Amino acid sequence: MAARAYNSALDSVPAADRPGLLQRLHLDLPLLVSVLLLCGYGLLVLFSATDQDPGKVERQVLRLGMALGVMLALAQVHPAVLRRWAAPVYLVGVLMLVAVLIVGDIGKGAQRWLDLGVVRFQPSELLKVAVPMMLAWFLSGRPLPPSAWHILAGAILIAVPTLLIFMQPDLGTAILVTGSGAMVLFLAGMSWRLIFGVAVLAASLAPVLWYLLHDYQRQRVLTFMDPTTDPLGSGYHIIQSQIAIGSGGVYGKGWFNGTQSHLEFLPERTTDFIFAVLGEELGLTGALVLMAIYLVIILRGLYIASMARDTFGRLLAGGLTLIFFVYVFVNTGMVSGLLPVVGVPLPLVSYGGTSLVTIMGGFGIIMSIHTHRKRFPV
Amino acid sequence: MVDGSFRQASGDGRVFTGRAIFAGLLVTIALAVVLARLAKLQVTDHEHFTTLSEENRVKLQPLPPTRGLIYDAKGILLADNFASYSLDVTVEKVEDLGATIAGLRELVTIEDKDLRRFERLRAQGRRFDPVPLRLNLSEEEVARIGVNGHRFPGVGIGVQLLRYYPLGPFTAHVLGYVGRINEREQETIDATEYSGTHYIGKTGVEKAYEGVLRGRVGYQEVEVNAKGRVLRVLEGQAPRSGRDLHLYLDIALQQAATAALGDRRGALVAIDPGTGGVLAMVSNPSFDPNPFVEGIGFEDYRDLREDPDNPLFNRAVRGQYPPGSTVKPFIGLGGLVTGTISFTGSKYCPGSYQLPGNSHRYRDWRKGGHGTVAMEQAIVQSCDVYFYDLAHDLGIDRLHDFLATFGFGVKTGVDVAGELAGLLPSREWAQRARKQPWFPGETLIVGIGQGAFLATPVQLAAATAAMANRGRLIAPRVVRATHTPGARAEERIPQVDRRVPVKDSHQWDQIIEAMAQVVDRGTAKRIRTDAYRIAGKTGTAQVFTVGQKESYRESQVSERMRDHALFVAFAPVEEPRIALAVIVENGGHGGSVAAPIARQVLDAYLGHAPAQLDTGEPEDGD
Repeated sequence: MAARAYNSALDSVPAADRPGLLQRLHLDLPLLVSVLLLCGYGLLVLFSATDQDPGKVERQVLRLGMALGVMLALAQVHPAVLRRWAAPVYLVGVLMLVAVLIVGDIGKGAQRWLDLGVVRFQPSELLKVAVPMMLAWFLSGRPLPPSAWHILAGAILIAVPTLLIFMQPDLGTAILVTGSGAMVLFLAGMSWRLIFGVAVLAASLAPVLWYLLHDYQRQRVLTFMDPTTDPLGSGYHIIQSQIAIGSGGVYGKGWFNGTQSHLEFLPERTTDFIFAVLGEELGLTGALVLMAIYLVIILRGLYIASMARDTFGRLLAGGLTLIFFVYVFVNTGMVSGLLPVVGVPLPLVSYGGTSLVTIMGGFGIIMSIHTHRKRFPV
Repeated sequence: MVDGSFRQASGDGRVFTGRAIFAGLLVTIALAVVLARLAKLQVTDHEHFTTLSEENRVKLQPLPPTRGLIYDAKGILLADNFASYSLDVTVEKVEDLGATIAGLRELVTIEDKDLRRFERLRAQGRRFDPVPLRLNLSEEEVARIGVNGHRFPGVGIGVQLLRYYPLGPFTAHVLGYVGRINEREQETIDATEYSGTHYIGKTGVEKAYEGVLRGRVGYQEVEVNAKGRVLRVLEGQAPRSGRDLHLYLDIALQQAATAALGDRRGALVAIDPGTGGVLAMVSNPSFDPNPFVEGIGFEDYRDLREDPDNPLFNRAVRGQYPPGSTVKPFIGLGGLVTGTISFTGSKYCPGSYQLPGNSHRYRDWRKGGHGTVAMEQAIVQSCDVYFYDLAHDLGIDRLHDFLATFGFGVKTGVDVAGELAGLLPSREWAQRARKQPWFPGETLIVGIGQGAFLATPVQLAAATAAMANRGRLIAPRVVRATHTPGARAEERIPQVDRRVPVKDSHQWDQIIEAMAQVVDRGTAKRIRTDAYRIAGKTGTAQVFTVGQKESYRESQVSERMRDHALFVAFAPVEEPRIALAVIVENGGHGGSVAAPIARQVLDAYLGHAPAQLDTGEPEDGD
């Protein structure tokens, strides 16, 4: 609907200025190219990580195709529509989180899935987009930089879904959802004093958080501090992944030649720990290439955000970009032993579909913000 | 890239751009931190992690060597290896041991004694080592486990070469046996050399030649995955089999000697005087060594241990007995060598002996005495008074020193593990062991091979062989040569010998002739034969101690109080081919009990049909 309205508006543009195919599809070329590059690179690593299982790679290609479809679809949606839907989507998301806690399926010991009859669905994924959207909507209608009261209101908007996700329990997603909201608050111009104050508060609340953590989550943090205390238990992931990366050296052991990966010493090597496979087989060089692609994507996202024509667009595009960064940093930090182990995939590289759709959808929204120049006829 | 024309010139736009640039910087720094971390892992610590990665990937697997075989003098196999399949459980990898055992019991029979052995071995071994739950699986059982094995993680089929002793009790004492390495041995052995080997020589030749029989462990470097499954062999070194042993021991003679001893407790050691080779070494009663290889059951072991006849005790090298009159030829030779007495010098035997100024009477075995006797007659009749006086004249120091040259009081060095040294008393010993001075009366008692004087059967046999050799004392050897499988030549075990210092070789003739007369007309005349001439000496030893823990039963006390019967001999006198010592515990008189046993062995070895011996009441004494 929105697209048709926009397209009809295009008709009035003189022929010389007629946009090309990409513009008509509302795609941003630099972002699209770097995302496709990343997907291709990721598939190469995945092909090795799955022990050259064409079936798995095929499935992943299919998922990537679906996710790109979602990206393309969302790119067509005018930011004004997103803005209008922000609050309802957020509310539906929170209600679904409540539903998950009551009737959700249990997978790997945590309640995360909602069976909608046709598809199984992880509502917490939706919140990764819904929370920044909600905050962007909430803050864009108010004077910026936001007042302390508005920030408090924003914090509550973040806290409600975060706590619901934390109760599932899913620490990784809870962190990402909090992060996505916090990024919007930061970009909106939350005062440095407040940021500092919240940081101090968070630090002082750490013991309370510790008390709230599940045993396995506490164990992960303890193991992170000293993996050698439990080399065969929870420290095993960290130790083996560091061995994989470290033994890769500058140039790596070569594609398909990672012994840690292929002899099954590296756990979760197709999903959360795929970065270690890359580090082992392609070395520091391979990791450098990956980081460069990520950096290009993130900087492009931030550029798009700062170029957006209204506050909602700026905050949403910036928030979605920075949450992508949080994905990258938490995953690579955990795999290389900088951060404790939390279940966060390496975006667009790890095997699996759910986060893929969320991330690509986010890029779709960013592209939409960049390409819909004309104010939406409300 | 920033194009101001599109931007709203509002305040929040400027704030946002500032924040976005700040965020961009932060992102760049954060990704750089991760890269720095990677550089630390991949550049600075690269070698360390490469080592860890290789240790993960490559495992060293030991390849145990095949233990050497043991053959007798005629090439008859005495110790063999056979492949045995065992049902092994690695406790570390088993989640529910009770359920696993219950499940396995449905597939193969597992008896309670198997469970007890399993528990015992489990307590001894390391947690990550497989422990056998059942041994000697049949092929059908192996197949059944193979099909169902996937249901039982941590359970596997082990193949090992088990030792087997085809002649069982005949060789149990001399060869000894191998058994599972126990905790105490675990601490003393080289863990690398024994990796993959579960057995070690426990006693006898098996223990003495452990290093020769074992061989060298090999290894292979294999690539394994995280589950420990071997993916491929990278490199390796084959194990080197242990060397085979070829013995002097003649199993036919061993069996003849065992038969000759019959059901009497005792020992017989026969030596080839020319080589020092042990032709037969019997300790009676014996036991079947085969159950010990796999770990004998508790009840069976208890029965053997508590048997009053002590079948596990190797009397041949560990039994320490008063040698009695069997030492008289040696002491007589000492008298001649030291010039204390001449061969023809006579003494009067009234039936007892008294030291000057002492009222104690030292009795002769013959109440009425032997009258006037010179050395030959004293040996032939085994006159005690003659040797009391000779010992007194020699004195304990010269007596001790001369007997020591025949190897009394020290281990012979026979290649059977566990040998004891016996005891040749001396002044120095009296001071050290008893904190008392030497009493003159003790010298007399030593002169007839009694008192504190103790000798093992192998010592007596070695000394007798030295007598037959006219002074060449050779350390007895059971093993003649070792042979590396595949090699052409054997490697002989080197001889260790020394000489008994006798300057006048005529003195050998005199003593040997006296010993021959013992059989011709003396205390051992019942074993005299026309086929060949035997030199010998009888002995009767009062029971002091058998050098072992014996538990007497009331009904057996009288039998166990009887004297030990001894006999040493060699034959033929002119060209000795065999020297031996026999002891029969509580057998009574040497001439009537021990000598006939010796004769049967001599007959068997020298190729004569066993003679019908007079088994009437003994009229001859000591």
